[in-house]
Amino acid sequence: MKRNQIFALAAFLFVVLIGVPWLIQVTGRWDFYYTLTSVALLSIASAGVWLTFYIGRINIGQGAYALAGGYFSAILVTKLGVSFWLALPLAGIFTAVVSIFIGWPILRLRGVYFAMVTLVLTEVARLTALAMPVTNGAKGITSIPLPSGIASLENTKLGFYYVAVALMILVFAAMYRLVNSRIGHLCRSLQQNEELASSIGVNITYLRIIAYSISSFFGGIAGAMFVAISQSIYPSSFQVADSVNFMLNCFLGGLGYVFGPMLGTLVLYFGWDLLFQTGKLQLLIYSSLLILLMLVLPNGLLSIRLSSLFGDRK
Amino acid sequence: MEQILANGLYLGAQYALIALGLTLIFALMNVLNFAHGQMYVLGGFVTYTVYAQLGLPFIVGLFASALTLAIVGALIEKFLFRPVIRRSSREESTMLLAAGIAFFLDAVILLVFGEKQRGVPKIVNGVLNWDFRLIMPYDRILIGFLAILAIVSFILFMQYSKTGRAMRALAQDRVAAQLQGVNVDRYSMIGFALGAMLAGLVGGLLVTITGVNLGMGGPTSIKAFMMVMIGGAGVISGAIAGGFILGMMESIGLSVLSQYGDITYLAIFASLMVFLAIRPQGLMGKPWG
Repeated sequence: MKRNQIFALAAFLFVVLIGVPWLIQVTGRWDFYYTLTSVALLSIASAGVWLTFYIGRINIGQGAYALAGGYFSAILVTKLGVSFWLALPLAGIFTAVVSIFIGWPILRLRGVYFAMVTLVLTEVARLTALAMPVTNGAKGITSIPLPSGIASLENTKLGFYYVAVALMILVFAAMYRLVNSRIGHLCRSLQQNEELASSIGVNITYLRIIAYSISSFFGGIAGAMFVAISQSIYPSSFQVADSVNFMLNCFLGGLGYVFGPMLGTLVLYFGWDLLFQTGKLQLLIYSSLLILLMLVLPNGLLSIRLSSLFGDRK
Repeated sequence: MEQILANGLYLGAQYALIALGLTLIFALMNVLNFAHGQMYVLGGFVTYTVYAQLGLPFIVGLFASALTLAIVGALIEKFLFRPVIRRSSREESTMLLAAGIAFFLDAVILLVFGEKQRGVPKIVNGVLNWDFRLIMPYDRILIGFLAILAIVSFILFMQYSKTGRAMRALAQDRVAAQLQGVNVDRYSMIGFALGAMLAGLVGGLLVTITGVNLGMGGPTSIKAFMMVMIGGAGVISGAIAGGFILGMMESIGLSVLSQYGDITYLAIFASLMVFLAIRPQGLMGKPWG
């Protein structure tokens, strides 16, 4: 790691772990904890979507895994009395295993075909949650106890903030490590040309499933964490709009950059939050801005950075 | 059994019409139109306004829906998709744009028509009762008949008119069509308008049976995607086949699986996954064409 990278990392850690809580303390905007916790968790799920993009697939099915992870941990905690801290990784593993079975057939699809089938998957997850007896149908699972360590804290919001941020840092550190490893380079070869990669001897089926299950693992833990915070889960907790938003986060932040999903989630979520004051017009303004952004910058936010860096103007 | 088949046919005709619009847009421009369900809802609301609010004949409402959506579709293609396709470096950008348009149409529908469920008075009264083996209200039969009529005229239009031929050429090979003197911009716009018009037409037809509400857009898009997956993307015969297959499966599933709860769609999706594992390009699609 280069020196300026270490410096940037230290600055980032300082800001999220000390700077933000201090600022909130000073300004008294306690509601920001919830917003920032959501941003951290949503960016974990978006990181999963980004990873599937890294192997050249557009994933609009992350909502399904977030929902599955959320329900799995909720059921473990309420029905079996498992501690949340055990249920959290178990939810991730559960969604990863599920995604292997689902991913095996659908990862053969490409482009918009894969996008379509993952979008359908989101809706099917919602319908499954509605239909299954163990998920309690439309009533959902409510009054889930708070995780043991956090429940005893005086300020649960701060506790959740630290847990979510720690998870986010872990996830993005793992992503960074993965992308810069041998597997990461192989994944990039899939993104560029699968046939060529396969002809050189890359086991593309195996690699695709690995990447997809890691991506779903992220979705699962993000969903489980969300459920712990809201203490409830319904079939509509994660739906098609959420899946689309995860994808938008990645595209907006930039697909060529590991920390893109984090930036995209921050911008989109805060943008949406700021527009809350406009009331009924919120969705209208938000979607108009999205459309305008696509018209002005069809290649994402990151394209500004790249074009200014290399100085090419088309 | 007759009842199940009749329901399936009736549903299938509606579904095929929705899938046709989606697949047409996909074939011509390689755009996955996320906003298709929202266009369908908009069509439903236009018919509701003209037929139930203004009291004009139903057929006028239907024409108003088709015309409104055709104009909306043409404008969306000209001012949004065309510049983005020209300037973006990868095809996924159009998906984002389509998602943005879906949100936008949702917002417009919410502001203009509100979030309530809207229904219209029945267009014809009475029920066909064939010996209690087949019971079907007359208005459903009429709507099913109109939908099949629309599908047939769409196929004839694509097959024999000059515009239809131009669009088919465009779908086969964009560059070759351009070299033959097909005005690509113009026919892309007409194609998008036609696809949107079909969505509006189904919306207008179905508002008489199921009513219309804001939340129907997303699920409708999803069903349309499923049909296109079954039949193969960008193929007209595939869209029709996919529509009827999904309609049949839904109708059979609802009657056979109802004792196990609402798992029809779960079963359909599971079978879709098995099907795609064997045939990723769908029934009639070209392999990665």
